[in-house]
Amino acid sequence: MSSSIAVPLSAAGARDEAVPLVDYGLIRAHLYAAFACLALSMLAGFLYSLQFLGYYPFTEGRLAELLSPGHVRLMHTNLVAYGWLVNGFTGMLYYVVPRLTGERVLSRGLGTLIFWAWQLILVLAAVGYLLDHGQAIEWGETPTGFRPGTFELVYVPVDALVTVGAVLVILQFMVPLYRARHQKYYVTLWYFTAGLVWLALTYLMGNVLPEWVLPGASGAAVTGLFIHDLVGLYVTPMGWGLMYFFVPLILRKPIWSHSLSVIGFWALAFFYPLGGVHHFLLSPIPDYVEFGAISTTIAIEIVVTTVIVNFFMSLRGSWDKLRTSFALRWFYTGAVMYMITCFQCAFQTTWAFQEIIHFSDWVVGHAHMIMFGTFTFWVYGVIDWLWPRVTGRRWYSTSLRSWHYWLSAIGIVLMFTILTAGGLIAGYMQKDLNPWEQIIDAQAPFWLFRTVTGALLIIGMLCQAYNMVMTAKAGKPFEEEEAPAESPEPVA
Amino acid sequence: MERFYTFLFVAGLGCFAIAFVLSMIFPWMSLGSYHGMEYKTLEDLAARPSVEFVELSKSYPQDFAQAFGSAEPTAAAFAEALQRGRDLYVGQACWHCHSQYVRPVANEDLRFGPVSVAQEYQNALAQPHLWGTRRVGPDLSREHGKRTNDWHVAHFINPKNVVANSVMPRYDFYFSFDADGRVRPSKDALSLITYVQWLGSESGRR
Repeated sequence: MSSSIAVPLSAAGARDEAVPLVDYGLIRAHLYAAFACLALSMLAGFLYSLQFLGYYPFTEGRLAELLSPGHVRLMHTNLVAYGWLVNGFTGMLYYVVPRLTGERVLSRGLGTLIFWAWQLILVLAAVGYLLDHGQAIEWGETPTGFRPGTFELVYVPVDALVTVGAVLVILQFMVPLYRARHQKYYVTLWYFTAGLVWLALTYLMGNVLPEWVLPGASGAAVTGLFIHDLVGLYVTPMGWGLMYFFVPLILRKPIWSHSLSVIGFWALAFFYPLGGVHHFLLSPIPDYVEFGAISTTIAIEIVVTTVIVNFFMSLRGSWDKLRTSFALRWFYTGAVMYMITCFQCAFQTTWAFQEIIHFSDWVVGHAHMIMFGTFTFWVYGVIDWLWPRVTGRRWYSTSLRSWHYWLSAIGIVLMFTILTAGGLIAGYMQKDLNPWEQIIDAQAPFWLFRTVTGALLIIGMLCQAYNMVMTAKAGKPFEEEEAPAESPEPVA
Repeated sequence: MERFYTFLFVAGLGCFAIAFVLSMIFPWMSLGSYHGMEYKTLEDLAARPSVEFVELSKSYPQDFAQAFGSAEPTAAAFAEALQRGRDLYVGQACWHCHSQYVRPVANEDLRFGPVSVAQEYQNALAQPHLWGTRRVGPDLSREHGKRTNDWHVAHFINPKNVVANSVMPRYDFYFSFDADGRVRPSKDALSLITYVQWLGSESGRR
């Protein structure tokens, strides 16, 4: 385990010079699809929040049944996970994996197939939610297609299609990873190799066992593990894999400590999946299982600290780069929020915290902080760096990038604060046996403010969407040498 | 060490397997038939039609007969209503705003009723479980016997009819109205009320 591993900046040993190592068309397609899903998802979240204010627009007739707030909520969470993050990460894998292994992905045709199949799956899942076919598994509501408890088909079996899609994605990227098996792997590839395996196992486990095999409390232990693993064993490894690639690339120096990278990875792999049951604490799941989940969740805090220390020490001597690189700014803001969220984890997993916060908006704030404040920020950051390279054009507008950053950063911090505060108030009022009507009244101002902060995030996202389209259409030509350390001029 | 197979087998498969054993196999062994917990099928649960179901058949004989084929509240019709009600509860994502378990903390037993135990979820209508993770509205696992069918009809048509500041959506699309203003519940409405009224009843809990 030497400490002198740097990120290879260019590909070595590409086999056939005629076919480019990295397929920019596929990356572009996935990033456009990801952004479309993000826009739809944020719109759905905004719509859902209007229900809490009494301004929900669809209340009459057939539209009320199809676009009910319950259905729109499913759209919100599922489009973020399977639309925005999966599309975004897949697009970025097409860039990173061939560059680190020096091998092409399995096939370009397969890439096109995966792209269209995945978008079709998203559409089928969305239509399924509207027609009441959502499955009763949190974050895994993708329709099974079967009438519950039977094998009678009533809708497209989306779960099965997602599994096939996941297997195709794994094939696509495992081939270059396998071909590079004699090389010493860089940290990013540790996360990607394991993360791809975990994705398939997690999805199958979460969608099959509780539905067909495990009833009640034993099923709950698995759905808890599923919610947890989907974030911890797919989103987190992909996110950190990207960070380990892009941060040294932009800083133009290796990560501070290889040993800390090793600890961070193996502790995540070992401890993270053990904490799944903490999503259903103080429930009929046996106490010893809950205690196991609580202690490993606290242990994860140690992992997080090593990784965070590693990244901030890497920044030592290069802090000025935060002034010149939007990508780094997204990455490190996301890292700070990651630290806050994970620090929160170590406390909120205890029974003492659970008593008050478990069923409240505190948890919603926590989820938004990690899924938006961290992982969406990181994907934003990678897009900021990657977009000029995949379109061959310089960013259309620097001030729009700035608006995007500040609206998102301020919006998510405010949203997190509001939801946490409202959650605490509602939690204590429940314990104090206040009538439910009073609890609703007490949360009303917080819900109003939440909608406003959501609007900030949406405006920021729209700035970026417009900027991306205009860059692709009308940006000045981009050449790598032109901007060695990102944009040369300081950014707002 | 830092090569492909290490990350594929040790991290990818190995670590996942350890967690799978500890957080799935162990609880499953503790909660399964090992400890005398029996699994109840839908037929077991619906063996005796509930009082509320019988009452629905009397209050809305015409709509009931249209929905379930006969005006008689049989066990088969009850089973059908429970399953349909649960499907709608899942399909409309009711479970994202209403939890279905009572914890032994935060005075929840005083507010909702007896603390939940594992046995009451060992049945076909709790597969997958509908515990939920957020309470915008109250817990529903002890709903049986708390309110009348009429309350639920008024509430589903428009929650503000009975709770002035409710943020729950209206489900009036499950109902129609006569020329003289009488409520005509659809099969969906009858099933949903049957299911919600069943939650926490004796047939589910023992």
